[in-house]
Amino acid sequence: MTTHSNNHYYVPHGALYPVVLSAGLLTLASGFIFSVATDKNKDLAYLQTPGKWMMYIGAAIILLMTFKWLSAVVVESITGQYKKWEDKSFRIGMIVFICSEVAFFAAFFGALFYMRIISVPDLAAFDPIFTPYKDFLGTWPSAGPGGTVLGTEYKPGTLTPMAAWGLPAINTALLLSSGATITWAHWGLLKDNRKQLIFGLFLTVALGTAFLVCQAFEYHEAYTHMGLTLGSGAYGATFFMLTGFHGFHVTLGTIMLIVILLRSMQGHFSAKSHFGFEGVAWYWHFVDVVWLGLFIFVYWL
Amino acid sequence: MSTTTVAHHDEHTDHPTGIMRWLTTTNHKDIGTMYLTFSLIMFLVGGSMILGIRAELFQPGLQLIKPDFFNQLIGVHALIMIFAALMPAATGFANWMLPLQIGAPDMALPRLNNWGFWLLPPSAILLTLPFTLALFGIGDGALATGWTFYPPLSIQGGIGVDFAIFAVHLLGISSVLGSINIIVTLFNMRAPGMTLMKMPMFAWGWLITAFLLIATIPVLAGAVTMLLTDRHFGTHFFDAAGGGDPIMFQHLFWFFGHPEVYILLLPVWGFIPQILQTFSRKPMYGYKAQVYSLWAIGAMSVVVWAHHFFTAGMPVPALLYFMYSTMAISLPLAVLFFCWIKTMWRGSMSFETPMLFTVGWIILFGIGGLTGLVLADVAADAQYHNSYFVVAHFHYTLFAGGIMGIMAGVYYWLPKMTGHMYNEKLGQLHFWLTAISFNLTFIPQFFLGLAGMPRRIPDYALQFAEFNMISSMAAFVLGLSQLIFVYNIISTVKGGKKATSQVWEGAEGLEWTLPSPPPYHSFTEQPIIK
Repeated sequence: MTTHSNNHYYVPHGALYPVVLSAGLLTLASGFIFSVATDKNKDLAYLQTPGKWMMYIGAAIILLMTFKWLSAVVVESITGQYKKWEDKSFRIGMIVFICSEVAFFAAFFGALFYMRIISVPDLAAFDPIFTPYKDFLGTWPSAGPGGTVLGTEYKPGTLTPMAAWGLPAINTALLLSSGATITWAHWGLLKDNRKQLIFGLFLTVALGTAFLVCQAFEYHEAYTHMGLTLGSGAYGATFFMLTGFHGFHVTLGTIMLIVILLRSMQGHFSAKSHFGFEGVAWYWHFVDVVWLGLFIFVYWL
Repeated sequence: MSTTTVAHHDEHTDHPTGIMRWLTTTNHKDIGTMYLTFSLIMFLVGGSMILGIRAELFQPGLQLIKPDFFNQLIGVHALIMIFAALMPAATGFANWMLPLQIGAPDMALPRLNNWGFWLLPPSAILLTLPFTLALFGIGDGALATGWTFYPPLSIQGGIGVDFAIFAVHLLGISSVLGSINIIVTLFNMRAPGMTLMKMPMFAWGWLITAFLLIATIPVLAGAVTMLLTDRHFGTHFFDAAGGGDPIMFQHLFWFFGHPEVYILLLPVWGFIPQILQTFSRKPMYGYKAQVYSLWAIGAMSVVVWAHHFFTAGMPVPALLYFMYSTMAISLPLAVLFFCWIKTMWRGSMSFETPMLFTVGWIILFGIGGLTGLVLADVAADAQYHNSYFVVAHFHYTLFAGGIMGIMAGVYYWLPKMTGHMYNEKLGQLHFWLTAISFNLTFIPQFFLGLAGMPRRIPDYALQFAEFNMISSMAAFVLGLSQLIFVYNIISTVKGGKKATSQVWEGAEGLEWTLPSPPPYHSFTEQPIIK
């Protein structure tokens, strides 16, 4: 058997980051469980404070390890350890990772469609003689018919649904144009025009931040003026979980963009080798597409 | 050939020793070893839990354990066996064998690979910690809902449910990372000339498994996240009062849960044909047919989920759809069975332990498949649902079809991994004890289920006493005979007859061209496949 020797795959040195990161996740998870241990187990209230501290410690470990790990990767990248072969691994890996994120959002979209099309209309469709939900119409948006939930009474409040053509439309414009600016920055990188790269990235970060500010304002409005909360039945739960997880992803994306911006200002990335930039750009476009789904199905229709 | 397999003496061969080697390793063989060891330990932990259950079920009435603790053992047994024993075993084989089989220097993303493993011990801690906490008076033990987390029970449950939710989250991250790594490795690291349709069947099995994991594990993560917010943050996903529906959880859960069955089985279907061709000394029959069948099964597995809860209430068209689509899966599966049998047909067969396990596996897994066809029938399922018939059925698929397949793989590859031959007599004794006691454990459960004994109940009517007694006694034989397995593995790791490179007379493939055990870094120069 012959061999070919023009290629040598880079296998990185071992590092403690992954195992410490896992320990951080364990600390964060158990801390979270202790910090919410009261409502189901009244006698466990004393665990709340230690739980919170465990959460802080766990989060700190996670942040530190992520930073150290990614720094090591950046160093490996700029010292030229990664060539075409490794680069292709990162690209395929990033695509598969984004697919898994799509599946995660699909679960919440699935819940939205199920509640809107099946469970809410079904609750209103009982025989009028026997129905426990007399005046329930089953129209969307719905906070549910109300009733006793595990011993506590739940009364749906009157809620105003979030209108699509106010702030959400502005947010759509913000995110869509941020998708354009990051592509413009990418063009700059490909032409070796560093100014265009840095300015494009700066604009993208600014648009992402503006989006987050608008969303914070929107949440504030919902809670204070519209009677729309996480506990507002089917509509409230799907609205806040979908937009909340999306907002969380925008936050992560913005942080990643800031890192990429700082790296660009340090002179990292070249026209030929810039997986770090492209990975973030793909992630940002993914977040963008999820928002379009949200805008159509959560706000508009 | 030999010149290419000797590791280059570069900085990577000087790996740290002792505990630091295992904590920091990026080597696919080290990580594979850790996965397999973890899987074996958790297999024994999960097995001891179920022996507690069988001891309680030895006689009618409550003797040994309280009902609540009984429920906790059942749920944690299932979660451990599925997520901490079967899946890590398959991933362990993937780590060890895929790079060797496709001529790759290592897995494509080695550090991520390390993280994928090191997420598992924290998850195991999260799963079992509530038992320990309960001993100190904190909380009331692990989750008592069964592994399926069905609300509203899981919303009422105590601190154990939260622990299980986060254990599932960490296990999910680990599976997604593992899948990313395997997909990238198979797409990007194959030796030049090895086209997709020249890949070993094990690689195909794992590639489709990895796609299924990417598509379904995040949905499970979403479902248990909704459970968490329902429990603590006042959402109403699974509450009719808020417009939600407990049945929705069953849809979300089984959208993951049914493909999960194939996630557990597809890697096994990958290496079983390889074992068959080795011990039949002829090439596997119908390579293309098998690959297409694996694809068909993988694709169909994500559209049949609702057959797990036919009795929960669904419109008749939905019932019919899920019934027919479920039954349709048996077509590609029948193609696979045919190919497996045809591979042996007129072969020059010999029956070393891996082959014994494989042939036993085909028969027992066949029973699992056929009883599944019965359960897929909507009209009949009303009788079988949530009875011991279901328990017997899925143990034929997951213990016989999963664990016994994994054991075949362990005996098949152990000489390659350790460089020593295992004790053949003990291996055969292990097979016969396992096969016989397994059948004695679960055949009575088919009858119990048909007679109407419900699952997950610590007490039962007198008429079920004899069958339960037989099942319990056989279960203890089954459990204890696994100690032979453990002993055999440990003594093989420590020493024994030296294994040759090829190990088995009829073995073919790249992994058998390397010495046994393979060097720490293999294929730093990729072979070219013609």
